[in-house]
Amino acid sequence: MIRFEHVTRRYPPGIDALADVSFTVASGELVLLGGHSGAGKTTLLKLLAAIERPTSGTVLVNGQNVGALKRAALPYLRRKLGLVFQDQKLLFDRNAFENVMLPLAIAGFPPKDAAKRVRAALDKVGLLAREKALPIALSGGEQQRLAIARAVVSRPGILLADEPTAHLDPETARDVAAIFHDFHQVGVTILIATYDDALFAAGASQRLTLSHGKLSS
Amino acid sequence: MNAWLAQHGQALSWAVRRLGAAPVNTLLSLVAIGIALALPAGGQMLLGNALQLARSAGTDNATPQISLFLTLDADRKAADGIATRLKNLPNAKEVRFVSREEALKRMQAGQGLAEVIAALPKNPFPDAFVVKPRDESPAATESMREEISRWAKVEHVQLDSAWVRRLDAMLRLGRIGVALLTLLLGLGLVAITFTTIRLQILAQRAEIEVSRLLGAAESFIRRPFYYFGALQGLAGGVVAWLIVMGMTALLSGPVADLAQLYNTSVTLSPLANLDALLLLVLAGGLGWLGAALSLGQHTQI
Repeated sequence: MIRFEHVTRRYPPGIDALADVSFTVASGELVLLGGHSGAGKTTLLKLLAAIERPTSGTVLVNGQNVGALKRAALPYLRRKLGLVFQDQKLLFDRNAFENVMLPLAIAGFPPKDAAKRVRAALDKVGLLAREKALPIALSGGEQQRLAIARAVVSRPGILLADEPTAHLDPETARDVAAIFHDFHQVGVTILIATYDDALFAAGASQRLTLSHGKLSS
Repeated sequence: MNAWLAQHGQALSWAVRRLGAAPVNTLLSLVAIGIALALPAGGQMLLGNALQLARSAGTDNATPQISLFLTLDADRKAADGIATRLKNLPNAKEVRFVSREEALKRMQAGQGLAEVIAALPKNPFPDAFVVKPRDESPAATESMREEISRWAKVEHVQLDSAWVRRLDAMLRLGRIGVALLTLLLGLGLVAITFTTIRLQILAQRAEIEVSRLLGAAESFIRRPFYYFGALQGLAGGVVAWLIVMGMTALLSGPVADLAQLYNTSVTLSPLANLDALLLLVLAGGLGWLGAALSLGQHTQI
């Protein structure tokens, strides 16, 4: 469960990226986060993963006040979340398999079980045959799918995705959207920041639209 | 436990791969560390040999003793008188009489000297005493020597331990020198590791950032760098050890030749096993310390 209570995030010198935002996402929902560029979508996702902290207000994830977490507690929050970043943040000196392995290595998974899970995740996004490929050798769509595989490999309850279909051609974008729908089907709570509402509309239970840091719907 | 071991194994293999990824840089770092550590290690090796030499050449213990030789015309009665006077000295702990006959017998037993002594017309040795002082300080033994040398029928008084004490003082100086070298060049090792780890952290910035975002604890992020620092230090220690071994091998020939010219047989022994172990532990430990300092400085993003 995710709940924002009067959350404001202010950047110096007094620009509100988010202003008094409140909403609730129940477990298992698929929620779309829309709005123009610079409306505060990325900031909202960063607050959820405690990459940034709210200037005021409370961000709750599974009942935990994320904004008040100590630095040492952050890793354990983030391991419960699957994050798909706008710029993907793949490691270009590691192959596809190793990139997806990283979250499991971090969580201290036994290596044998971890390898099985990595292959399952790569299979899910259709990249099993490319496990030895370096990200540079993958197409834009494949890189995006690799980033999704890395986000879901540790089977998080909550999946956060920032523009997962930007820069993709329509057909590839549909493939990627289908993957998210599949995860929604198995009960994962999903928050997707996107311009392309139509792509994800099926199954979406809420649509949050941001405009200059304020929730408009 | 299994997962914990696996994480350490991964960190270690990462460190080995990073060391192998830039072989020239790694080699240069290892040579720098090796030379820095070879100086104190070599000093320790030479010191160990000097100590050995002092032990084998000198008295088995370094307590000073005074030898006094009577004039050749002193008879047994005079010797008895001197024995009594010596025993009455407040600073005399032990007085031993070495008669001229005993001295002659001992010399005859010595290799190569028997013939020389047999050729002599009469016993050339005087009666002698060996005195061990109660107060071993240089001032007390020296004043004792002076007093005895003024007595009648005393030809010569000798402080036997003076050179042993000088050698001892020199060795002490050497030990302090080695300790200082170790300290300074150990600091150098820490500095070298600090810089190489800084470069590694900069090269791995993307990985560190992504790992943090994916929920990596600080220990997970830092562990490979600790291994890197400790491994680099350890490998540098091995290089230092090899340098000292090579130095020993190169020097042992000339040292043996030199010793032969003085009719002694001295062999240069290599760095003692315990010292070598200490060198490696110290090198690894200082590498780890350099990594720790560098991580404290450079991983806060």
